[in-house]
Amino acid sequence: MSENHHAVLEMRSITKEFPGVRALDDVTLEVRAGEIHAICGENGAGKSTLMKVLSGVYPHGSYSGDIHYQGEIVEFRDIRSSEQAGIVIIHQELALIPELSITENIFLGNEVRGRVGIDWETARQRATELLARVGLRASPDTLVKNIGVGQQQLVEIARALAKDVRLLILDEPTAALNEDDSEHLLDLLRGLRSRGLTCIMISHKLNEIEEIADSITIIRDGRTVETLDVRAGGIDEDRIIRGMVGRSLASRFPDHTPQIGETFFEVEGWTVEHPEVPGRLVCKQSAFHVRRGEIVGFAGIMGAGRTELARSIFGRSYGRYLGGTLRMDGKEIVVPDVLAAIRHRIAYVSEDRKTLGLNLLDTIQQTVVSANLPKVSNGPVIDHDRAYLAAEEYRKSLGIKAPSVRDGVATLSGGNQQKALLAKWMFTEPELLILDEPTRGIDVGAKYEIYGLVQRLANQGKGVVVISSELPELLGLCDRIYTVFEGRVTGVVDQADATQEELMRLMTGAPTPAR
Amino acid sequence: MSSLKQLFGGGIRQYGMVLALLALLAYFQVATGGLVLTPSNAQNIIIGNSYILILAIGMVLVIIAGHIDLSVGSVAAVTGIIVAIALRDWGIPWWAGILLGLAVGVVIGAWQGFWVAYVGIPGFITTLAGMMLFRGLNQRIGHSSTVPVPEELQQLGAGYLPEWAPDTGLNNSTLLLGVLALAAVVWSELRRRARAARLEVEQPPLWVALVRVAVVGAVIAYVTYLFGSGRYGTSFPIAGLVLVALVILYNFIASRTIGGRHVYAVGGNRAAAALSGINIRHVNFFVMMNMSILAAVAGMVFVGRATASGPSDGNMWELDAIAAVFIGGAAVSGGVGTVVGSVIGGLVMAVLNNGLQLMGVGSDTTQIIKGLVLLVAVAFDVHSKVTGRPSIIGLVFPWLGKGRKGSGGTPGADDAQPEVPVADGATSRG
Repeated sequence: MSENHHAVLEMRSITKEFPGVRALDDVTLEVRAGEIHAICGENGAGKSTLMKVLSGVYPHGSYSGDIHYQGEIVEFRDIRSSEQAGIVIIHQELALIPELSITENIFLGNEVRGRVGIDWETARQRATELLARVGLRASPDTLVKNIGVGQQQLVEIARALAKDVRLLILDEPTAALNEDDSEHLLDLLRGLRSRGLTCIMISHKLNEIEEIADSITIIRDGRTVETLDVRAGGIDEDRIIRGMVGRSLASRFPDHTPQIGETFFEVEGWTVEHPEVPGRLVCKQSAFHVRRGEIVGFAGIMGAGRTELARSIFGRSYGRYLGGTLRMDGKEIVVPDVLAAIRHRIAYVSEDRKTLGLNLLDTIQQTVVSANLPKVSNGPVIDHDRAYLAAEEYRKSLGIKAPSVRDGVATLSGGNQQKALLAKWMFTEPELLILDEPTRGIDVGAKYEIYGLVQRLANQGKGVVVISSELPELLGLCDRIYTVFEGRVTGVVDQADATQEELMRLMTGAPTPAR
Repeated sequence: MSSLKQLFGGGIRQYGMVLALLALLAYFQVATGGLVLTPSNAQNIIIGNSYILILAIGMVLVIIAGHIDLSVGSVAAVTGIIVAIALRDWGIPWWAGILLGLAVGVVIGAWQGFWVAYVGIPGFITTLAGMMLFRGLNQRIGHSSTVPVPEELQQLGAGYLPEWAPDTGLNNSTLLLGVLALAAVVWSELRRRARAARLEVEQPPLWVALVRVAVVGAVIAYVTYLFGSGRYGTSFPIAGLVLVALVILYNFIASRTIGGRHVYAVGGNRAAAALSGINIRHVNFFVMMNMSILAAVAGMVFVGRATASGPSDGNMWELDAIAAVFIGGAAVSGGVGTVVGSVIGGLVMAVLNNGLQLMGVGSDTTQIIKGLVLLVAVAFDVHSKVTGRPSIIGLVFPWLGKGRKGSGGTPGADDAQPEVPVADGATSRG
C-alpha cells in the first residue's frame, strides 16, 4: 500500500440542484492516494450524481463547491477534460460496443495514431499487454459480444488503463457478475491498488466493500453522513447499513413463519435447447416442485441455466422446447406461449427490469395493468377508471413511492420500479410467481420491503420461486433451495440445513463429499 | 400562468403544436390580407390535404410500433388505378369500387405484414421494396396513362354535404355537425367531472371547466361558421368528414383499446411486451395491414379529387405523412405518438403550404421552409425531453387523445435515467 496518505481528491461542499430537487447538498468527499474508497448509500442518495460531477458529466458551473485534485482546483468541462486529468469512470451499464473487437473497444475514442490513420499493429500489441495486466485470457481480436459479462468488465478496466488512469471510478462493478468473476475483479483491484492506483467504488454489495475498501463514505439523501476508516477495524456490514438507512435494521429479512401446504406445481424431465445453438441444451431433464405457501430458491452461477429454465417454463419464452411436463394441482398443463402461461396463473417477473420488464415510457397505471388488460376492459375497450383504481390499490398496498399513478414509471427509483413490476404481475392473479433477481441493483431498505412482499404472497398460499445470485438472500428468504449447474438441477437443500459452502459446492458441480 | 395550466390541464407546452397552428393561421391571415381564413380557402386546405392526413393516421401507428412505411404513396396509386379501371371497364357501381379498393388495401397490407411480421424483414426494407413494386404495378396496370373516375367517386374526394331547408344563412349540414360537436364537448366535460368525482381525484374548480368549454365551443362555432358560410352548395367537405371520422375512430383505438395499448407496448419495449403475453407478430401484422388499408382509402379520396387516376399519383406522399407524424410528436425509436398530434402536425404543414402559396412564395422557398419547420419542431421536442420537461405535443385535449406525458424525470435519482431499451428478448443470463 502506498505510504503517502495525503488526499489526492477532495470534493468540498458540493451542491447540485435539478429543477425541484436538491440531489447533492453540501457533500464532502476526501480520497487518499492509493486507496480504494467505497461510496455507499441507498438508490437516489446521490452517489451517481456525485460521480457525474467529479467526471465532468455535469460540467463546472452547473454545481457549487470545489474539487481539489492532486493539489489544485480543477474545473472539468466534460468527460474528456476529466479523462485528461486521469479520472476515468466505468459505468454500471457497460459502454462497450458488442460488434467491435476487444482492441477496437479498448482504444475507442483514444485511438493509436499512426502516420496515416490508426496504427492497428501497435494498438493490438498494447491491447495484448493490457489484457495480460487485467488477467483476461482472450485474443484481442475477439468480438466483445462473444465474451461474458465478467470479461467485458475486465475489458472496461483495460480501456481505463489505456487512458493512463490515475483515479478509477467504478459504478457497481460487480452487479452483473457471478461470484467467481466478482472475486477475480476484486483481486485485480487489489493488484492495481498495490501499484498505486486510487479507486472510488460504488457498490450495493456490502460484503465486498467490507472486504476490499480502505475507507467508506456514506451518503444519505444527498448529504454526507460519515466517512469510515475500514483499516482501523470495527466496521462490518451492519455498521454500514446503519449509516445508510439512518437506523439499525434489526434483521435484513422480515420475520416470517412459513405456512407450507400441498405440492401444487411440478416440473419433470424439462429439456430445452438453446435458441441459436442447435444441440446445446440449456435445461437437461430438470425437475422440481413447489408447494403452496413456499418460497423456493434457485442458486447457480451465471450461465447455469436458471433464467433459461424459468423462461422456458413461462410459455416457452426462451429456447426450443424438447420435452418435459408441467403439472399444476396434479393435472398436466401445456403452456405453449406466454399468454397461456398467464392464463395458467404463472407469472415471471424478469431480471433486468429496464430491458425485459418495463416499458419505461409507460405511466405506473399503464404498467400495473399491462399484463392483464382484459381485467380492466369491457371487451376490447379499456376502462381507464378501473385501471386507475387498480393501480392506486397497488400503489398503496405495495408502498410505491410516487405522487400519482399517472407519473411515468421511469421517474421512480429502482426499488419502486421493482415494486411496480411486481404489481404488474400480481395483477395477473398468479398462483406461481417466478422472481428472477428481484432485488438486483436496489437498495437495502427497498430489498427489505420486497422480501416482505414475497413473504406476504407466500402466506396467501401462492408458490414463489426466487432466482438470485446472492446466496445470503436465498438463505435468508427461501424455505428450500435448488441448485443448478450447467443446465442440470444438481441438488435441493432445506433452509435449516443450508449453508453457503454447501450451496457453492452444489452449484459449481463439485462432487458431494460423504456425509 | 397557474390558471392557464389549470385551464388546459397540463402545462402550456403541450399545446405547442396547436398554438403553432393558430399562430401560423393568424400570421398568414394578416400577411395575405385575409385570404387564408375564407370559406373557400379553408375548404381547399381540407380537400387538398385530407389524403395526406389519412395517411398520417396510419403512419403514426406504424411509427409507434417502431417501423416505418415508405410505400404508402405507391399503394395509394395502385389502389387508385385499379378502382378507376374497374369502374370504367367492369361496369360495377361506385360503392363496389370502393369495396374493391379496400380489398386491394387488405391484400397489399397482408403482403407487407407477412414480410415484416412473419419473415422479420424490417419495415423500412419491405416498404422500400413495396414503394417500387406498387409504383410499377400502378404504371403497368394503367399503361402509364390517366384513367378518369366517375362522378360519385369525385364526390368522395372533392364533394360537399347537401343543402337543406330552412334558410339559416349557413350550410345546414355543416351547422348540424357543429351543433353535434358542441354537444359532444359539453357531454365529455360533464363526464370528465363525474369521473373525477367518482375516482376521488382532485379536480380543477368549476370556472376552469366553464372557460374550457367556452373556448373550445367558440372555436367550434367559428369553424362551423367558416365552413358553412361559403357559396351556396359548399360545406365542410366530404373528404374532411371521412378524415374526422377516421381520427375519432383511430384515436379511440389507439388510446382506449387493448389492441392500441399493445401497439404502444411493442414500440416502447419489445422484449417486455413479449414477456407480458403480447403477440408481437400480430401487432406488427396489424399495423402494416392497417396502414395499407388507409393508404387505399387515401388513394381513392385522391383520385376522386383529381377526377382521374394517373401514373405519378402519390409521389412523395410517404414523406409528407412521416413528416406530419414527427411534427406531431412521435419518437423515431417508437412507443410515442398520438393520432391527434399527427393530424395537427399534418395541418401545420398544410397551412404552411397554403399560406406561403397565397403570399406568392415560390415552391422552392416553400420546400426550404417546410424542411426547417420539421427540423425545428423535432429539435424542440428532443430538447424538451432532454431537459426532462413534458413533450410539447402529447395530449392535445385530454378527451381527444390519451397523450403520454413526458417522463418529467428527477435527474437526481440514481436509477431514473429514462432510456429506451431496444432488446430482442432473446438475450438471457442466469
